[in-house]
Amino acid sequence: MKNTLIAFGLMVLLAACASKDPVATTKVEDRVPAGGSSTSGLPTTGTTDKTDISGKSGSVDVLTNPNSILSKRVIYFDYNIDAVKPEFASLIQAHASYLAQNRNRKIRLEGHADERGSREYNMALGQRRASAVRQATTILGVGNERIESISFGEDKPRANGHDEASWAQNRRVEIVYDGE
Amino acid sequence: MIQIMFKRLGFFRGIATVLGGTMLLSTSLAHAQLTIDVTTSSGRQVPIAIAPFAMEANAPQNITPLISANLARSGMFRIVNTAGISNLPTEPSQVNYVDWSGRSTEALVIGSIKPLADGRFEVVYRLFDVGKQNQLATTSYTVSASQLRATAHKISDEIYEKLIGEKGVFSTQIAYVLKTGPRYELQVADADGFNPQTVLKSLESIRSPKWSPDGRKLAYVSFESRKSTVVVQNLTTGERRTVANFRGDNYAPNWSPDGNKLVVALSKDSVSQIYVIPASGGEATRITESGGIDTNATFNGDGSQIIFVSDRSGGPQLYSVPASGGTVKRLTFEGNYNVNPRMSPDGKFVAFVNRDASRLRIATLELSNGQVNILTEGPLDDSPSFSPNGRTILYESKAGGRGTLGAVSADGRFKLKLTSQAGDVREPAWGPFGSSGVR
Repeated sequence: MKNTLIAFGLMVLLAACASKDPVATTKVEDRVPAGGSSTSGLPTTGTTDKTDISGKSGSVDVLTNPNSILSKRVIYFDYNIDAVKPEFASLIQAHASYLAQNRNRKIRLEGHADERGSREYNMALGQRRASAVRQATTILGVGNERIESISFGEDKPRANGHDEASWAQNRRVEIVYDGE
Repeated sequence: MIQIMFKRLGFFRGIATVLGGTMLLSTSLAHAQLTIDVTTSSGRQVPIAIAPFAMEANAPQNITPLISANLARSGMFRIVNTAGISNLPTEPSQVNYVDWSGRSTEALVIGSIKPLADGRFEVVYRLFDVGKQNQLATTSYTVSASQLRATAHKISDEIYEKLIGEKGVFSTQIAYVLKTGPRYELQVADADGFNPQTVLKSLESIRSPKWSPDGRKLAYVSFESRKSTVVVQNLTTGERRTVANFRGDNYAPNWSPDGNKLVVALSKDSVSQIYVIPASGGEATRITESGGIDTNATFNGDGSQIIFVSDRSGGPQLYSVPASGGTVKRLTFEGNYNVNPRMSPDGKFVAFVNRDASRLRIATLELSNGQVNILTEGPLDDSPSFSPNGRTILYESKAGGRGTLGAVSADGRFKLKLTSQAGDVREPAWGPFGSSGVR
């Protein structure tokens, strides 16, 4: 799992380097399950987004504007897995870029598990996922002290069903900005 | 509305009408809370007859049905039917031993509940050995009407101890989390589920309640600040103290046997690792150092070791480490998911949760020889907790997305299902002897 995580981190780093040359931008398909609109047309780096994500010039709602990738806050995981899937690279990268430009902002990564498994151990699974997203974000240069990763275990499901479709919605990390 | 009903009736009430039909649930048993759902006992059970007490019908609280329910629920007794015996005895002179030996009864209980002029009651019980034809025990209690229920538990404890040779747990208390809609309540109730009292309400999760060894405090995990923190609450004074609120997660607390420390899982330095903190809060001493998850820790019987869960070798398994840190030893090898260890009161066994394919089941590990015994069938059994005499394990048993409580004897031979009327009951913790709780 650690290897996957490092591999992911490297991939993001590579994508970040490559994106300095707009022609070489790595194509990463965004398949955020909860997102209503397709974001596959968005660039993979937040910095070249049509929306200004700097948070300066009064555009505070860049974090919530549905046209901004920064409004996408959920990273989904496979069963019993805490490795961040490549399809979420652009999302994490966009938030890392925003944090790089807005040094007064902090985030909290809230990890969640599906209902299968022991309640107390599921705390650890949710935490592992949050910790994986934190590592991916710190690799992109955001200071560890600006990111708190925590877990709610299985207690805050997004979907209440008892089937794979619901469980897939519940195995996740949510990005929450300070003050939200 | 539901909550008010719940409080007045006790949450195990209403089973008689739903399931009915077991030996305990006659219609006269107006206060039956539990049903014996599955009886897989193959061990010896003492056959005991309990004759209705004199003047019991006029008392505000029946006592003998409670004694019968208590003794049957322990799994150690078989309640002998008293129907058809004419002139049921209430005084020693009325006992005709032939009536009882004819029904293969080994023990007989008789007694009376006499109203006194000052409004109180004099409760007297007598326990007889039918084979030896002699009286084994008798006690007289003078109590108010509100104490009659507790008196039935005391008498049950005396009978249990006299015949089984170890302490009964009928006067102890349990704590658990009740979830009703979005609301969480931490409740403390009598061991039979009656007299539930809410000690904390929250719209955020409450988790992992654990009794202090003296039974006066509960440690638990509260999410009221939108992240996990460990809180210790004094049940007598109501004082609450946050004892672990480090960066990241603060969860899975368990008391040291002397009640001075808590072992907790913290993620302040990496993913969950095991730490020990003073029970009154303060600095955390790190006990484990691994690249993986270390969590769900509990002290062993004498406090010299900490037993915990780690995924350092792949799936989560039980390990032990000296309480001050040191060499880690793996304890479980069967299956790829063993979590949530809890010590037996004598320190010889660990109850834990084993996952086999998709089933979560309660199991025990015998520390001296590593033997694992699977006690339940699942599919979603979690959070085991030993009774203070070590005889029974109480656990959460999820069904239809809702938690109920189950109990199994520590040898796996006797099982009970404790069904609740409303809400989702989670993470039961059986209090120690003498847990005075909130009363």
